[in-house]
Amino acid sequence: MSRLRTLLEEGTFVVTGEIAPPRGTDLSAMRASVELMRPACHALNVTDNQGASLHLSSLAASRVVLDMGVEPIFQQTCRDRNRLALQSDLLAAWTLGLENLLVVTGDDPRGGDHPQAKGVFDLDSTQLLEVASFANAGTDMLGRPLKGGTSFYLGAAMFPEAEPWDIQRARIEEKMAAGARFFQTQAVFDIDKLARATDVVHELGGKVIAGILLLRSLKAIDFINQRLAGLMVPETISDRIRGAADPGEEAVLLGIEQARAARDVADGIHIMPLGLDGQVARIVSEAGIVVEAAGLERNDL
Amino acid sequence: MIITRPRDWARIEVRLDALGARRVFVMGCGQCATVAGTGGEAEVLEAKAVLERSGREVTGWSVGEVACHAGGQRLETREHASELAAADAVLVLACGAGVQTMADAVEDTPVLPGLESVFLGNVVRHGVFEERCQMCGDCVLDRTAGICPVTTCPKGLLNGPCGGMWNGMCEVLEDRECTHVRIRRRLAQQGRTGESVPLPPKDYSKKLKPGKVDLRAASHGKGGTS
Repeated sequence: MSRLRTLLEEGTFVVTGEIAPPRGTDLSAMRASVELMRPACHALNVTDNQGASLHLSSLAASRVVLDMGVEPIFQQTCRDRNRLALQSDLLAAWTLGLENLLVVTGDDPRGGDHPQAKGVFDLDSTQLLEVASFANAGTDMLGRPLKGGTSFYLGAAMFPEAEPWDIQRARIEEKMAAGARFFQTQAVFDIDKLARATDVVHELGGKVIAGILLLRSLKAIDFINQRLAGLMVPETISDRIRGAADPGEEAVLLGIEQARAARDVADGIHIMPLGLDGQVARIVSEAGIVVEAAGLERNDL
Repeated sequence: MIITRPRDWARIEVRLDALGARRVFVMGCGQCATVAGTGGEAEVLEAKAVLERSGREVTGWSVGEVACHAGGQRLETREHASELAAADAVLVLACGAGVQTMADAVEDTPVLPGLESVFLGNVVRHGVFEERCQMCGDCVLDRTAGICPVTTCPKGLLNGPCGGMWNGMCEVLEDRECTHVRIRRRLAQQGRTGESVPLPPKDYSKKLKPGKVDLRAASHGKGGTS
């Protein structure tokens, strides 16, 4: 059973981190990131061709993370595969021991490194959650029995700060009805907006892991504002990084403040380090979060 | 109507050179390509002038009533039989359907597309065309307040918005309102808020590929589509 699920359901404040598989077959940098973050994280998200750019598959990389003794959160986007391939990969993921699944739409290929690619989007994220729920119930998406099903802990993405809020709220309800049990949010800058989202999720029995993005430079902020899905860094935050003598240090201090604030509202934090992988442990500890038994015992595998 | 845009002229020249085509017949279309301003008389004459400037001879030209009508195109080719017989290649300023109709009508002569066919377009106003329908064969407009998400969401998502929506705007085409925000607003306007439940995945088996409808077969009780 997913340890992430056990921890969240027993009320432990969880910490998740994020790693990108390599653009190639050399896993050494990815392994180094895992080693840096493992003391501070209960689980690590493994992205799926993030930014619509070519990377080694999340499926294989998630298994590498698991083999290193860290619980992965296997990410699956709807962009690159049709419903046959998506279901096939869900079955493969389960047989590889991957128990946490985060379903996202995926960035449009036009913003990635293969802008000529066809965006598949045969299913959308809500539909893929429903399909994974079917697999959890032991059937394919048409209800026909599988020889052995899955038992994924299903997660979805959420953007607490995006308006109009009534639509975001409806999306939370729809994704939960489709099977989502936890949400990982995009970067949170406004804790009140996070709170209004967690209220909705908690009422429906779900969990919220608040996204914390480490903005180590103005270049990173520009990149996010221009390239990443729907993220907008408020001016108060960018001014703070701009005015700092050491922007990297300021980003870490900001991350610590955000992590502390999230503790009162959410069920965990999801740190997107954007290169500051080595600072994740410090942020977690200085925010007063205790991560006991991070990573997995070998006999859990 | 079918929206077309001019094909990169260099690609046309490369193919004409590869075919060794010195003499060319130019065919336009009196319907969509005329309205789109890509294959009417003015554009056919412009293509003729460009071909002549590059040292080719235009053996003749024509803008038939509608380029994708097999019977009409056969009549058109009969009328211009000698000019076509003198041509090494035919350049068609019409959509891909028109190009293929012409290719069927003059089987012994190479036929080249002079335009790119881009979408089935609504005429929003004179000279402004927008894609609203992809002819998927499995219409959801009754569920989406008359706004097609498959066509007008750049990702083609049936359920949304995706995580990229920001202040009601689309992340891919930033100057456009998110299709799913529009759909939900119009549903609310109609008192149908509760209806925005997730739509099921599309049934792509209903997309006829290749499409064929035979009304004559239908009237003989053989079924109208295949």
